[in-house]
Amino acid sequence: MSLTTRFERSAATSEPALIKALILCLSLSFFGVFLLLPLLSVFTEALHKGVIYYFNAITEPDTWSAMQLTLLAAAIAVPLNLIFGVAASWAITKFDFVGKHLLITLIDLPFSVSPVIAGLIFVLVFGAQGWFGSWFLDNDLQIIFAVPGIVLATIFVTFPFVARELIPLMEAQGREEEEAAAVLGANGWQTFWYVTLPNIKWGLLYGVILCNARAMGEFGAVSVVSGHIRGYTNTIPLQVEILYNEYNYVAAFAVASLLALLALLTLIAKSYVEWRLKKETNAPSAIEGTI
Amino acid sequence: MKINLKTLPIVILFSLGLISASAAQTVLLNVSYDPTRELYQDYNKIFIEHWKKTTGENLSVKQSHGGSGKQARAVLDGLDADVVTLALAYDIDILAEKNLVAKDWQKKFKDNASPYTSTIVFLVRKGNPKGIKNWNDLIKAGTQVITPNPKTSGGARWNYLAAWAYALKQPNGTAATAKEFVKKLFANVQVLDSGARGALTTFAERGIGDVLIAWENEAYLAVKELGPDKFEIVTPALSILAEPPVAVVEKVSTRKNTKKVATAYLEYLYSAEGQEIAARHYYRPRNPKIAAKFAGQFAKLQLVTIDEVFGGWQQAQKTHFNDGGIFDQIILK
Repeated sequence: MSLTTRFERSAATSEPALIKALILCLSLSFFGVFLLLPLLSVFTEALHKGVIYYFNAITEPDTWSAMQLTLLAAAIAVPLNLIFGVAASWAITKFDFVGKHLLITLIDLPFSVSPVIAGLIFVLVFGAQGWFGSWFLDNDLQIIFAVPGIVLATIFVTFPFVARELIPLMEAQGREEEEAAAVLGANGWQTFWYVTLPNIKWGLLYGVILCNARAMGEFGAVSVVSGHIRGYTNTIPLQVEILYNEYNYVAAFAVASLLALLALLTLIAKSYVEWRLKKETNAPSAIEGTI
Repeated sequence: MKINLKTLPIVILFSLGLISASAAQTVLLNVSYDPTRELYQDYNKIFIEHWKKTTGENLSVKQSHGGSGKQARAVLDGLDADVVTLALAYDIDILAEKNLVAKDWQKKFKDNASPYTSTIVFLVRKGNPKGIKNWNDLIKAGTQVITPNPKTSGGARWNYLAAWAYALKQPNGTAATAKEFVKKLFANVQVLDSGARGALTTFAERGIGDVLIAWENEAYLAVKELGPDKFEIVTPALSILAEPPVAVVEKVSTRKNTKKVATAYLEYLYSAEGQEIAARHYYRPRNPKIAAKFAGQFAKLQLVTIDEVFGGWQQAQKTHFNDGGIFDQIILK
């Protein structure tokens, strides 16, 4: 290959063929046993009573409403986190202000907190025994054990995805282009729309894809605030657990296969976006390389 | 795959519409424990019909299921239950303590507010290879027992108390011999799952243990769902009368203006129709006529109640399951 570098050709930095093959086999078999096999078993289990049974299982009313709720939660959480993520990374990378590091740390908070704790936080704050619980109940507003609670929990756990993706990217791109736009007389919105956004669009999309996958797949936090009301507050992952606990193994795996399909689609979309991202960020570095 | 920011307000409006739409109709929420799902699914259909016939009102009933203690906790935290149908009285007592249900809730409906009863039986592998017939077979060396943890599971508390009651009713039985008996029993327990369904999965799916101590209705359901060729039910000579209680959540139903229909919902469980559905789902009916009709379905055994042996749930909970109680003492080997 023309891409072979000095690094790869040097005897000091390359391995004998045997070790290469050994490492490759090891990682492939690990991949097969721990990732591919479980994934395949989900689909074989889901389909082993036939395609008609499969479709009946996934169009059952409670499962259907679980799908709607999952889509709804993602449809609210992802755009909100998109706006927040762009705003936060814009603020963090283009401006200097006091408390910047604190903000970065806070953005990471949902990553470091266990999802169960995240759910309990909302129960403690909005629950009937919580801080604001009685106020909400007096005004007939149901937050936890209802759709708003599920949306809140989903927003919380998917909070960092967009911002975490954009901050390093925007930091690497620097502020020169925005400064040039400002010098040429662009206002803030124009700068964002014509200069920043085109630069970050693939990174942004990458963040959104990850955010969406997590929003749809979240179990722990949502389980705590759901209340498990059938046909109303169960999301797809919760529905899988319920079906499994009711000896309805085929239906459980059928619904689980939907989540697995989502994961596969996410992977494909992610690889495509990654490839585009690499192509765009490689362009300037290629120029640097020739100097 | 471009995200259009203009659609965001529409999405939010749509979601608000969805929330308010679900609030507009008369909806009851029945918060129940794990094994009653199939029972209430059938019962709800019949009650909705009955309600429509007698009042002309359209009604829908939502269900939520989980471990009994966990469900009580959720109602305490604001789960919008109009009625609770739980595994044991102690869990409703907690709600009464916080004024969510009436203090005298057990007097609001007949038979200690338990429209159906159940008991504790054994589920063994086909052919009963260890020859298990009664409670004393469970403490033999080499018998592996599966039961959930009484600290977290309502069903497991019934299991534990049934074993205690058996030991106490033996000739020369005292509290000391009963304690020794349950200590030996729990020494044979291989896995303490947190709930009844988890314990069943351990026994049936993972194939661990010789005997599962379980709800009678859960055992029948398991045999029906997982195959009579794999398991059989052994009914001991003596067991405990489990009375899963029901109550109207006054605080919620008053606010939602559903108290009348909620009361009717629980009342109708005592009707011939309600009792028949309970019996079909392997709960023992209270109504003598229906009980006679299904007599062949349930094995005869001596049943003792928690009030006569343990002085009620409050007392049983305090002596046996609270921190430092007898269960904590026997589990420390």
